Amino acid sequence: MTTTNLIFAGVGGQGVLLIAELTARAAVRVGFDVKQTEVHGVSQRGGSVESHVRFGPEVFSPLVIAGQADVVVGLEKLEGLRYANCINRQGGILLINDHEIIPGSVANAAEKYPHHTLDFLREKGLNAIALAASQQAKELGDGRVANLIMLGAMSASVTRIPKEVWLETLNDRIPAKIRALNLRAFEAGIGLVSRNGVLTG
Amino acid sequence: MKELLLGNEAIARGAWEAGVKFASGYPGTPSTEILETLAAKYPEVDSQWSANEKVAFEEGMGAAIGGLRVLVTMKMVGLNVAADSFMVFPYSGTNGGFVVISADDPGMHSSQNEQDNRYLAQMAKAPVLEPSTAQECKDFIKLGMEISEKFSVPVMLRTTTRLAHHKGLVELGDRVEAPTREFTPDAKRFSVPIYRTLLRPGVEKRVAEMREYAEAAPINHAEWRLGEAGRPPAKGSVGFVTCSIAYQYVREIMPDASVFRLGMTHPLPPRALKEFCAAHETVYVVEEGEPFVEDHLAAMGITNIVGKSIFGVIGEYSPERIAKAMGLSVPEKPDFAKEIPLLPRPPMLCTGCGHRTVFDSLKQLKVTVAGDIGCYTMGALPPYEASHTTFCMGASISTAFGLERAGHERAVAIIGDSTFVHAGIPALIDAVYNGSSLTLVILDNATTGMTGQQSHPAAGKTLRGKPAPKLDLEGLVRAAGVKQVQVVDTWQRKEVVRAIRSAVAHDGPAVVIAQGPCQRLPEMKLSERGLKPYVVDEELCTQCDACFKVWCPAITRTAQGFPVIDAVDCTACTVCAQVCPADAIGPLGGAC
Repeated sequence: MTTTNLIFAGVGGQGVLLIAELTARAAVRVGFDVKQTEVHGVSQRGGSVESHVRFGPEVFSPLVIAGQADVVVGLEKLEGLRYANCINRQGGILLINDHEIIPGSVANAAEKYPHHTLDFLREKGLNAIALAASQQAKELGDGRVANLIMLGAMSASVTRIPKEVWLETLNDRIPAKIRALNLRAFEAGIGLVSRNGVLTG
Repeated sequence: MKELLLGNEAIARGAWEAGVKFASGYPGTPSTEILETLAAKYPEVDSQWSANEKVAFEEGMGAAIGGLRVLVTMKMVGLNVAADSFMVFPYSGTNGGFVVISADDPGMHSSQNEQDNRYLAQMAKAPVLEPSTAQECKDFIKLGMEISEKFSVPVMLRTTTRLAHHKGLVELGDRVEAPTREFTPDAKRFSVPIYRTLLRPGVEKRVAEMREYAEAAPINHAEWRLGEAGRPPAKGSVGFVTCSIAYQYVREIMPDASVFRLGMTHPLPPRALKEFCAAHETVYVVEEGEPFVEDHLAAMGITNIVGKSIFGVIGEYSPERIAKAMGLSVPEKPDFAKEIPLLPRPPMLCTGCGHRTVFDSLKQLKVTVAGDIGCYTMGALPPYEASHTTFCMGASISTAFGLERAGHERAVAIIGDSTFVHAGIPALIDAVYNGSSLTLVILDNATTGMTGQQSHPAAGKTLRGKPAPKLDLEGLVRAAGVKQVQVVDTWQRKEVVRAIRSAVAHDGPAVVIAQGPCQRLPEMKLSERGLKPYVVDEELCTQCDACFKVWCPAITRTAQGFPVIDAVDCTACTVCAQVCPADAIGPLGGAC
């Protein structure tokens, strides 16, 4: 058995580290060896945030090797694009939240922003899937749970972790006050991909 | 039981299990979570933030001499501040176990320079432990305490960013209570400057003893795959000498290679390393940072080594960097930036950050500004570009003084409250003493902001969140001899501009304390303060764009061109409402 390689990317405040941690914990529950990277400090001030999660029978490097990511989860379009070049071209999946956050400290960023990211990635022959997670999160009543929707979507393609393990992990880690909402978001994410029929596992 | 722990959490756990009774430090990425974890989870360890790293180190030194097991934490540049004490401590040696964490930051994720602190330990003649997993982060703290007590020496445990900030599985153990060792006053041992010549030979003798220890230490060992000790090398055979997180990268790309894994990189074991290197035709030395191990191997007369000449000194390592340097095939990593605008996303001042009004004022005044270490380093970037130098903790005041002497009259220094307490106070005293007319703006946000809201003496709270005597910054500044001292609410934009203008015009040193708590402090949540987010009344808005010039991340534009304030992000700082000439911005639901 080999190592599963996942990259989570987004903007500070979007909850990148939380879904990476949930994934790492779920993998531990299954019995895998797990490593996860985080970047702390100034990156949280509205900057790019990324986290790598690797699991399997024995994992050495916490960093994913470029070209070996099985799934890249982008909680924001530009951030998904930033790590798209790490994807494994054989079967790797790019899951990108169809949501744009214009970098505030870049001049004329709104005009320069790569709105056509998804088309670009598909032209490159990559399996890039846009998901309306932020919109769906608002419909659930809280835009902040877009991260859990993306996690739910990703869980459908990481078949080494059964669904009940995901649910146990969420129940264990998410505070009671917001648990129901986060579980709904997770299920909504699974629903998003199964409706689209885009993931085969 | 195994648990997924951050490297830093594992270090905290190790300290608890090892019976550490006192822990001190100053926040600094990537070390901060160690003391935060100790404070949150392990009440048996008396843990605290200290005013700076030198103070933290010496408090720890005192506690260790007094017989306790002690952990002291800091980032690598923090150890520069504490270097004075670190260099002298090995002369007397310790009593209880003493481990100092040096959290190095290759790649400078959150640092002003790259610095390999193994050289500092070598200079201090102290041992260096380098874990390569979260498990070892925990285990090496316990081992470090044993080494420290065995050799009566302060031990450095060096982490790097990836090690400190990666999570891995850690087998947990129980706490072992270490009995407090008796302190016997002994001037010949503890009054180092007077008896230095008596103590000096012992320092060298100890290094030799530790070198012998390193030869047999299980944490330094060869993982043989191909080849064997004592056999002549097979043609084309390759081995690795490596340490820290680089070990994981080597194993990732070369699972079948023989590796000498160093858990202790100072002093190194010459016999074991010579034996390993002699069994391979070529030995790659893989270590992040400087060629510390490599140069020592060369000094041992080992010649079949390859290291920095192919792997490089600058920045972080990664598995593909090592593979590429060795000429192995690595998957292609296309550079999309050539074909699509892959905009950078640098960090920026948070929504409602009180530093904005200060940078706005400084930009208007067009003065020379010396900055310091904190979130306000971002004032050097667009849109403000109103901070012209940043070097290291506390340097703003002294640099402004020097700039003033070089003809930049009325230079301004900006410094945060935590940084001022850390290293700014002597510089201010000196500026007054030596007749400066500089202006000092203290950005008093009641916390250490950039590292994630840690308390300090002027914040009036301890590491554990308990009330503490609050340092009176205004009184302190006055006591230093500053005559013009103004305290302003940092969100009263006009007040801030007026105060800084007046300070710059003042003949003599002047201080402005711009007060306003960091918006990331939990007590600043709108719900905690009973405030509502601000909204734009589109009927009154003339689309003059004045509010956009506040550069608040919460303000974006609607499709119709109106400003809109993100209700979740807004902190009700009111600055956008203050600049709106049409009175179109106010709290949700009217005045509150």
